[in-house]
Amino acid sequence: MTSALSCEGLGRRYGRRTWGLRDCTLEIPPGRVVALVGPNGAGKTTLLHLAAGLLAPTAGAVTVAGDVPRRRLNQIGFVAQDAPLWPRLRVADALDAGRHLNPGWDRALATERIRRLGIPPRARIGSLSGGQRAQVALTLVLAKRPERLVLLDEPLANLDPIARREFLTHMFEACTQTGAAVLFSSHVVAELERICDHLVVVRDGRVRLVGDIDDLRQAHRVVTGPAAWPDTAGWPVVSARTVAGRTTALVRSGSDTLTGPGLDGAEPTFEELVLGYLDHDVQPGHRSEVSA
Amino acid sequence: MFRLDAGSGVPIYRQLMQQVRQQVMLGRLRPGDQLPTVKEVVEALSVNPNTVAKAYRELEHEGLVRSRQGLGTFVAASPPSPPLAASPALLASLTRWVRKARAEGLSADEMRTLWAVALDEPSDPAEPQDGVA
Repeated sequence: MTSALSCEGLGRRYGRRTWGLRDCTLEIPPGRVVALVGPNGAGKTTLLHLAAGLLAPTAGAVTVAGDVPRRRLNQIGFVAQDAPLWPRLRVADALDAGRHLNPGWDRALATERIRRLGIPPRARIGSLSGGQRAQVALTLVLAKRPERLVLLDEPLANLDPIARREFLTHMFEACTQTGAAVLFSSHVVAELERICDHLVVVRDGRVRLVGDIDDLRQAHRVVTGPAAWPDTAGWPVVSARTVAGRTTALVRSGSDTLTGPGLDGAEPTFEELVLGYLDHDVQPGHRSEVSA
Repeated sequence: MFRLDAGSGVPIYRQLMQQVRQQVMLGRLRPGDQLPTVKEVVEALSVNPNTVAKAYRELEHEGLVRSRQGLGTFVAASPPSPPLAASPALLASLTRWVRKARAEGLSADEMRTLWAVALDEPSDPAEPQDGVA
């Protein structure tokens, strides 16, 4: 099956020297829900804009369902950070614009969703709260019915917990029907596990980790032992922290042979896996020290 | 019928599998009973449908459930882990024990530790088996 999103050696440079994203290679199968995680400035938004066809690559290639994003725009849904909509426009006009710009527009879905959310159709976008504006933008993307790929930059940031759940349920329902993959960036690691089945971790403009979350968990171990154990064990340590004379490290190996005198190993939780890759790269002997 | 424990560290699809297994063991789900549809679970928990589908797939692989195209997922006619024979009485006495332990200020983890210790005790045929209450 053709990947929903495919990147090969993808890179984007800003100005002469600054790479927003570099050497990005990944495949997202159709129907997957993908969390894009990384600190501010890591390259998340650059990747989303490249996939949406809003930026041209400086290096490498990006395709959506086998074609360049610009030729798939009808099949890609994209909501930028903070849901930027023209503030003078009324909600009903924004929906009208959506209807005229998108051939597969689901008018009933759009009108019904706005009504159920209690957003007045005559209100100007600029008068809405941040959460309501986000809901209008998310309604636009749901009503467009993108068949291949949905790209959301921090979609949940402005929503209260009830609104988050409501939106996610609709998102899941829509994507189950169309088979589209969803790629969305987020800072809130704690709630991603229930939402996603796929993970992409970016840091400093590079993809650090990509894959199915259950597979990734099974392919790693969290090992705790005496402070200096990673120096002597020779295992592929992703990151490590020493607290009160004990070192806990995320190890890139799913082998149960990762044992030794005084060492405890276990499959990482989702959060341990993500945070392990967001932590600084650690060379043996250069572990980050945290005093207890 | 499902509840998720976000802090447990157990992958969500395994939590779902575990809960179906428990319901079958306790006889609350009987052979032929229908499991909630993926859509229903997604609506109740706003959890990723792929995760629910994976749990059901793995349960089918274990032989505990059978999916029938277009109809849904059902508990298998002869699940590999049949219902517990003495479950109501045992569960009742265990529930009393847990209430007592809680009243004495024990945490769930401390109770689990006690059970682990008790399970490791060599069984003594002279003692009555129902010594929980």
